[in-house]
Amino acid sequence: MVSIITIVDYKAGNLTSVARALEHLGQRWEITDQPERVARAERVILPGVGAAGSTMENLNRLGMADVLRRDVAAAGKPFLGICIGIQVLLDYSDEDSARCLGIVPGHVVRYQSSLDGRPLKVPQIGWNRVRQVRQHPLFAGVPDDTHFYFVNSYYPVPDDPAVTIGTGDYGVSFTAALARRNIVATQFHLEKSGAAGLRLLDNFCKCELPQFEA
Amino acid sequence: MLAKRIIPCLDVRDGKVTKGVQFLANVDIGDPAAMARYYYEQGADEIVFYDITASNERRAILLEVVRTVAREIFIPFSVGGGLRTVEDMRAVLLAGAEKVSVDSGAVRNPQIIAEGARAFGSQCIVLSMQVKRGATRPQFPSGYEVMIDGGRTPAGRDAIEWAHEGERLGAGELCVNSIDRDGTKRGYDLEITRRISESVSIPVIASGGAGEPKHLYEAFTAGAADAALVASIVHYGEYPIAGLKLYLSQRGIEMRISQPC
Repeated sequence: MVSIITIVDYKAGNLTSVARALEHLGQRWEITDQPERVARAERVILPGVGAAGSTMENLNRLGMADVLRRDVAAAGKPFLGICIGIQVLLDYSDEDSARCLGIVPGHVVRYQSSLDGRPLKVPQIGWNRVRQVRQHPLFAGVPDDTHFYFVNSYYPVPDDPAVTIGTGDYGVSFTAALARRNIVATQFHLEKSGAAGLRLLDNFCKCELPQFEA
Repeated sequence: MLAKRIIPCLDVRDGKVTKGVQFLANVDIGDPAAMARYYYEQGADEIVFYDITASNERRAILLEVVRTVAREIFIPFSVGGGLRTVEDMRAVLLAGAEKVSVDSGAVRNPQIIAEGARAFGSQCIVLSMQVKRGATRPQFPSGYEVMIDGGRTPAGRDAIEWAHEGERLGAGELCVNSIDRDGTKRGYDLEITRRISESVSIPVIASGGAGEPKHLYEAFTAGAADAALVASIVHYGEYPIAGLKLYLSQRGIEMRISQPC
């Protein structure tokens, strides 16, 4: 197990719920808004509640965006994005027309508000099943089709469908979890998804992620 | 497919759970954190704490409760009761709650919804509304009026119009509590639940009146609710949450059945 997990504070969401979940797992953590610390981190979590535009503004203003690209993603460090933390990994989000981190090629779009003429509530709030479309150490010990807790109006569309490791169904089949080399990310709040979510978080803390393209 | 949610509601006064809840041999039934953990382990999808503490100086006790609960359960929970300002909301959210619920305070000052949504995002703001059938004034087109102060005082607002305004101001969810059904165990008011649910694009939580498993089934089908608040039906131990979920999923309702992992 690594000695400490670094949680990126970008002055928006409530970061303490991820910290409390890590604590429950017996994992040490730090919360920081200092890019130098994130650059030196062993494993990094980008948690999130918030909109793409303000998240990117904050990450840029803090000097965090470049560090996440260069010293975390490209440096091969295990990196977990949660909720808005998955969406900003891509190139671009329709939400606020935000230019994002560009760590995973692709973009982010809004759920349709109707399906076959029937209205579909947006945001999606609640527990949805995640189909594990690819085997990945993040899912170790978690049954396929387990429910996780989602709160979002947008979802990521990676250019390379092979990065999708979990899908959900909300009017469309959407990417609920993705993985690319050292980077993993979930649309759902694994820190609020009961025992299954804690298991995923624990898996992230412990698992070996490939640093280079398989 | 999104599962329907079952949300136990705990009334808290001065840091203690006040009513119901008579069944647990090994749990301090007055302790909100112990109760929350019990429902979490039973498979509750979310938990609501409703603070009925009268005085402001006791509010610190509630925040301590929220901090303790947040260390022990890993599902969303919300806190309502007496939140009047963005600062009240911030304190509860920083203590670890996922959402805040506003009720009478929002009727008196609707801008609190917009301010809360701007500060924390709509997903944090639940508008809880007490509704009563048989409006006191004929000009309320829905036939339901909004009530405040625990359902004692008419607010002079039409229920469906208030639901629309709440959504427009930025509420992320609506909790529709029927004053007529609250505590009766006769089932939710399906008519107003459905009419509101079908006329807004945010999730609607049915509240007030659950006494048997079939009432939840009705809320999710005829009532078109996205979630159901439960109190006495679970507090007295007659219907454990896991059993309710099994009952509902056997009848074709999508439910989260928690599995060990």
